[in-house]
Amino acid sequence: MVVAGVLTGLVYGLMALGLSVIFGVVRVVNFAHGEMMTIAMYGATMLFAAWNVDPFLAALPLAAAFFVLGYVLQKGFINPFITRPEHSQFMLLVAVAIIMVNGMLMAFGPDARNVMTDYQLESFELGKVYVDKARFYAASAAVATALALFGFFRFTLTGKAIRACADNYLGAKVVGLNVKHLYALTFGLGSVCVAVAGCAMVVLVDVTPGLGPYYTLLAFVIVIVGGLGSMTGALLGGVLIGVSEALAGLLIVPSAKSMFSFGLLILVLLLRPQGLLGRRPQ
Amino acid sequence: MKRRQFNQALAAGLALAPLGFPGIVRAQSQKLKVGVLLPRSGHLSFIGQSCQKGADLAPGVIKDMLGVDIELMNADFESNVDTARTRAERLIQEGAHVLVGPFESGAAAAIAQVAEQRGVPFMINIAAAPQITEQGYKYVFRNFQTAIDIVRNGLVLMGDLFQATNTVPRTAVFMHVNDTFGQAMAKGIGALFPRQNHLPFKIVDTISYDPTAKDLTVEVSKAKASNPDFVMLVSRLNDAVLLRREMVKQRWNPMGIVSPGSPGMYEEQYFKALGKLSEHSISNVPWYNPNARMTKIVEKAFLKQNPKDKLVFHGLNVGFTFEALLVVADAFKRAKSTDPKVLRDAIAQTNITDKMTLGGPIKFNAKGQVEGIGSACVQNLKGEPTVVLPKEAATAKPVFPVPGYKKA
Amino acid sequence: MSRGAILLAILAAFLVAFPYLGGAYALSVLTLILYLAYAGQAWNILMGFAGQLSLGHSLYVGVGAYVAGGIFFHWGIGPWAGIWAAILLCTLFGLAIGFLAFRFGISGVYFALLTIAFAEFTRIAFDHMAWTNGAGGMFLRVAQRDTIDLLNFRGPPEMYYYAILALAALAFLASYFLQKSKAGYYWQAIRENEEAAQALGINVFRWKMLAMAISSGMTAIAGVFFAFYYNNLFPEQIFNISRSIEIILGPIIGGVGTLFGPILGAAMLTLLSDGITEAFAALGWEIPGIKQVFYGVVLLVVVMFLPNGIWPAIARKLKL
Repeated sequence: MVVAGVLTGLVYGLMALGLSVIFGVVRVVNFAHGEMMTIAMYGATMLFAAWNVDPFLAALPLAAAFFVLGYVLQKGFINPFITRPEHSQFMLLVAVAIIMVNGMLMAFGPDARNVMTDYQLESFELGKVYVDKARFYAASAAVATALALFGFFRFTLTGKAIRACADNYLGAKVVGLNVKHLYALTFGLGSVCVAVAGCAMVVLVDVTPGLGPYYTLLAFVIVIVGGLGSMTGALLGGVLIGVSEALAGLLIVPSAKSMFSFGLLILVLLLRPQGLLGRRPQ
Repeated sequence: MKRRQFNQALAAGLALAPLGFPGIVRAQSQKLKVGVLLPRSGHLSFIGQSCQKGADLAPGVIKDMLGVDIELMNADFESNVDTARTRAERLIQEGAHVLVGPFESGAAAAIAQVAEQRGVPFMINIAAAPQITEQGYKYVFRNFQTAIDIVRNGLVLMGDLFQATNTVPRTAVFMHVNDTFGQAMAKGIGALFPRQNHLPFKIVDTISYDPTAKDLTVEVSKAKASNPDFVMLVSRLNDAVLLRREMVKQRWNPMGIVSPGSPGMYEEQYFKALGKLSEHSISNVPWYNPNARMTKIVEKAFLKQNPKDKLVFHGLNVGFTFEALLVVADAFKRAKSTDPKVLRDAIAQTNITDKMTLGGPIKFNAKGQVEGIGSACVQNLKGEPTVVLPKEAATAKPVFPVPGYKKA
Repeated sequence: MSRGAILLAILAAFLVAFPYLGGAYALSVLTLILYLAYAGQAWNILMGFAGQLSLGHSLYVGVGAYVAGGIFFHWGIGPWAGIWAAILLCTLFGLAIGFLAFRFGISGVYFALLTIAFAEFTRIAFDHMAWTNGAGGMFLRVAQRDTIDLLNFRGPPEMYYYAILALAALAFLASYFLQKSKAGYYWQAIRENEEAAQALGINVFRWKMLAMAISSGMTAIAGVFFAFYYNNLFPEQIFNISRSIEIILGPIIGGVGTLFGPILGAAMLTLLSDGITEAFAALGWEIPGIKQVFYGVVLLVVVMFLPNGIWPAIARKLKL
């Protein structure tokens, strides 16, 4: 069961990673994050229904589409809001979220949708422990994407440029970096994470239009606990939340397990706001 | 636009009529305007839309059966209590003679207050919180079981199920969703279960879970660990699907999953999402009688309006929504007036025996509640919810324990 | 009399006379508007004046509602006593959260997330509380509504309307005087530049705590009103983050930090919401979800083009 917690946690971690990247660089609180993942999930179900595309393969075209979506969203709507107070940013993304949720309701109707792959109900037997295949594949996809992203930021020029922007906005501008473009790029990358996370999540959970807010909140909890601006932090945070919810469910009343996550968030915010692996916010 | 203009024309006509032709005022053109409040968007949207199907087919069927004209005024309260209240006020202001709805207990309580205040009869189609008919309202009526009734009937049916299949399970784990409905049911079980002595099993563990939880691994592990013979489940739709899947992943095959009365396992999504795995799950819920005369009429109308759908998947929602409209139409026919007070008294006198849901006649007690509404043991067989008990309404035999049951 | 005062007087007269002018539906809508205006005004004190973004204000509404409602439900004690318990408890909560946040230097987005966390934590806690009947919901006993029973706050809708009107007016006056007071000036300094204010010798911590206390205490009253107006409470609904968002929509759209912002915002948004529903009904389009999409688009447009809210733009036009 701890294993299941770890695996699911990794998928949550990927979703949170997208948020961390966006928040860490662009400093915008993306309250439509969960809704974006829900759209990705719907995308995966549509591709599956139409051409029987396995969600993990669907992740590739969806990631590309989401990159564009994220880029456009940032450049078009969010950019003017970077310098605006938080409540304005919040309101903008809340409005976007409302449009997304109800657009999905209109397009897909209220019934839950899902994919039914062969491996979804199978599990590996490792001694006394059952590890279910779907969760394993999902977690693997999450780790793979995270590694790819990590590599991008570490080793490519653009990646380094983005990190420069995050560390020192003014300095980056002085050096001549096209900050607006880089910001949009970052949002695009964050959206890619969301897309892959969505495809991974859809083999575990059925999708309904109202799924967004739950995941947005979860992503924030993970990002704060794991540490802002730290990618490993996001994954670690995801795993931590996944495992702690599993344990909390075991030790106390399962219906109160979310309470534990929020309690953890409160403690982290108070005692170590930079999270486990993050750097102190400026 | 068309409806509004029609209303205005009708109102103008009726207003002018007394001037010239006093006799025509009471003519056939009198329609009963029914305000239908359902959550067609928001988190209850799929149920609201399901109930709406029952409402939409009603005017035609009722015209044929009773010769009475009803006009629907549909309002979507967006799964939101504030909106339910303002929409109710709006409908009354626009001339609704009665209100019907709303499926959700919170909204029902809010609308009930408005209805009572304005003196407009409110016919509840589905809502399980007992308190709604305990407030001493004169204008609120409910043709649905309260949570306590649902539990009582559900437990009785369980006993019947074991008798009919000659099984004697000794232990059960009670799992329930921790929301308004789930808690009400859990309370009911807590009150009624210890007091009965016709059920052979003991509840070895009670596990409540968060309705928004997307991962129920822990809960299922816990349940499996207590090694019960079968699972007693009070759930909603999405969590029922998650639980069933998790049970398969953890290779747990108890005697069966039996619900003492909750949505989820008989709904179309459950079948769609689980395929063969949806087979044999049992729900003891208020349901329609497949053999009733009215059921067949409603089914025909349903198929005409929804050719790609099946009535079985909307049994509860459509059945009770249709009956709510039947009640108000029947009252209108007897009252021969749209005056709310007269309608209210007529509804209180309702006694309908020719109906589609199971149980005794539709008759309201002093609190506006119908007693004696029946439940059915509905088992998922061959990809459809099928009534297996009581015998008179059954179209198949119950299967328990399920094939594939492995004593752990 | 200045233009502003004349317009204000006309508005006041209109609101007082409204039950005799409009129908039941309009009254229920206006009651909702005034409720949101009141709650928005309370929130505005924390955000608009002191500059702290709270996204978990539903916490105070919920606790206030449950305290007063619970006292009535269990012991039959009316809201005039219950309201004090509600205010006390909510103020304590507000101070506690404020203490934790400000002592540890949490601000901005982190503060907002902290407030969300507390609200959610409390929601789940109430789901499991037996005293309040948990997730099953608390139903208050409703009495006959034709007679006015002021002691138990029961009566016709007109009574509730005047009650919330009075509350909204009081909140407005309180905001007005607070803004002009010493507290108001210190808050402005803190809002503009907290570090500079600290450097000038202002006890930033004390004034921020005061804002928290006033805001949470005022919001508690909104909760009490809610409990006795709707007569049923569910943790899932009242502590929900959507309620927190609903409270802040008014002030943000209307104009954060202004006196009229919350009222104007609440009015415009509620009327917009209902207006869109009516428009679609008139067109005969019954597509679930389409109304909210339009609503979201309007929100988006307003936020993008009127960043300071609608009121400042109108005030400029009217030269107030």
